[in-house]
Amino acid sequence: MSLVVLLPVLVPLTAAALGLAAWRSPAAQRFIAIAGSAVLLAVGIVLFLVVERDGYQVVQIGDWPAPFGITMVADLFSAILIVLTGVLAVAIVVYSTASIDAGRERYGYYPLTMVLLAGVAGTFLTGDLFNLYVWFEVLLIASFVLLALGGERAQLEGSLKYVALNLVASAVLLVTIGVIYGMTGTVNLADLALRMELVDPAIAAGLAAMLLIAFGIKAALVPLFFWLPASYHTPPVAVSALFSGLLTKVGIYALVRVFTLLFADQAADFQPLLLTVAGLTMIIGVIGAVAQHEMRRLLSFHIISQIGYLVMGLALFTVNAMAGLIFFLVHVALAKSTLFLVAGSVNQLTGSYELAKTGGLWVLKPGLAVLFGIAAMSLAGIPPFSGFLAKLALIEAGLEIDHLLIVLVALGVSLLTLYSMLKIWNAAFWKPLPTDLEPFADGAAAVTPERVASTRLALTMVAPIVFLVVCSVALTVAAGPAFELVERAATQLMEPVGYIEAVLGGGGS
Amino acid sequence: MTVLLAIVAGALFAAAIYLMLRRSVLRLAIGLSLLANAANLVIFVAAGLTRGVPPLVADGATAPPPGAADPLPQAMVLTAIVIGFSVLAFTLTLMHRVYQEGGSDDVDDLSEADVQ
Repeated sequence: MSLVVLLPVLVPLTAAALGLAAWRSPAAQRFIAIAGSAVLLAVGIVLFLVVERDGYQVVQIGDWPAPFGITMVADLFSAILIVLTGVLAVAIVVYSTASIDAGRERYGYYPLTMVLLAGVAGTFLTGDLFNLYVWFEVLLIASFVLLALGGERAQLEGSLKYVALNLVASAVLLVTIGVIYGMTGTVNLADLALRMELVDPAIAAGLAAMLLIAFGIKAALVPLFFWLPASYHTPPVAVSALFSGLLTKVGIYALVRVFTLLFADQAADFQPLLLTVAGLTMIIGVIGAVAQHEMRRLLSFHIISQIGYLVMGLALFTVNAMAGLIFFLVHVALAKSTLFLVAGSVNQLTGSYELAKTGGLWVLKPGLAVLFGIAAMSLAGIPPFSGFLAKLALIEAGLEIDHLLIVLVALGVSLLTLYSMLKIWNAAFWKPLPTDLEPFADGAAAVTPERVASTRLALTMVAPIVFLVVCSVALTVAAGPAFELVERAATQLMEPVGYIEAVLGGGGS
Repeated sequence: MTVLLAIVAGALFAAAIYLMLRRSVLRLAIGLSLLANAANLVIFVAAGLTRGVPPLVADGATAPPPGAADPLPQAMVLTAIVIGFSVLAFTLTLMHRVYQEGGSDDVDDLSEADVQ
């Protein structure tokens, strides 16, 4: 039994339970949440090291041999994503302690965050399609409450749309699982990988399409993305950062998992569709972002655009493209969360997310400006930052198999990404703070440069941003070993024989 | 029986989608609950229907009698019902709060958070 596979789920769940036990004391909940995410990061790293050294780690729950019981399995892809989850959890929980208001803290903000993390970790580790649905629901219900917590009108309206569309996605997923079970008699992913070959290819293609819709809604692909720009900008910025770093990526993870294990034969047929979706997702996302004048809305549209790059990696369906996808996923989760956290700090300083009402921060807060600059240039793909390497890997993978059009789209969208990042840069950092600002509605005086300069951001607000930027830069500095690693992870995905043997062969080991 | 239940599932899906396309938030809620139930029914039917042979292993035997009902889809449906129920309870509460805040049950009035 390698218990280490279960720990990334058990640790946040334990932290959530302890947090609920300490319901009356927000200070204790804060401490438990920070400790929980730190331990999650630690067990994530241990899991990663074990998987890196010994290969697949498999646990059969209750010692029922696969495919009869529920299997939890970690390959390199899962392990990398668990470490990523831990990194984001630590940064965002620490940032939350500085930015989440007392009302939300009192009503279970931290335990909910921990449940969300458990759901995300469970999704990454499960080797069972129905169990995947259950973990999806765990993270969804936590995200529903996190989104609505606080009860502002915009939040409630955003949540309603988010809840409705995600429930539709869950229903589609459930129906597909039912039909898959009906066709094959199993829901174990490794067992399905063997038995899908026996299913009529036309039906298999239909099942793949239904899963593409279900996970596509969750990953916010065009044309299924409408819930995202309607909801992601409404909650506190720490929640937006957490969602942007993890939730849509979980949808992509599920797509990668089912396409590599179950529908590898159908991948070639789906390539034109996936490439079209990838291109449109990139373009429509970035055009939406360019049109926005509010930082959180702008960044929300960017999430969609970046998802397009990930789908491009999936569509190309080669080892190199998968490696690019994994590298891009890690890079974009770090960069995106950083940008949301910076936007939160800008709001803390100037009292607004509106680009027109911010300014002067290059002079007043040069440190924050540098952190934003690194994350923004990384997102846009400027060398030498991680975004450049990630896009380079995907574009090379595209050129290898002569898909010029998607490569051109990817390059063009990079320029527009840079443009929209410059928009934030010019408005929040470069231009002077507007002098004709109106006082706040609650009677507080309008923001002045003196007040911004004299406001000190809490260490718990700056340190997470620095931490994420350091991780992002580390991805560039260690690009050689990192690429070697993602290539190994991609090889495991594209040649799932090892995965299938590890799950079905070992029994209870 | 399978054909009949398949038709019922189809009718449930049709009703759910029709209700979800209406502008009233309350109909959206009913539509979502019908959708969840239609999905549960599909799992149940897709796995095959058998009558009168419960999957109980008799004393001394090592396997259930031949032709026994498959218990796994029933377990899955049970799980899905519980999840669906709790999520629906949350959705109803959320809808009630939206109604309290906005004073309207028309989705077209819920545009504060939309893209301008």
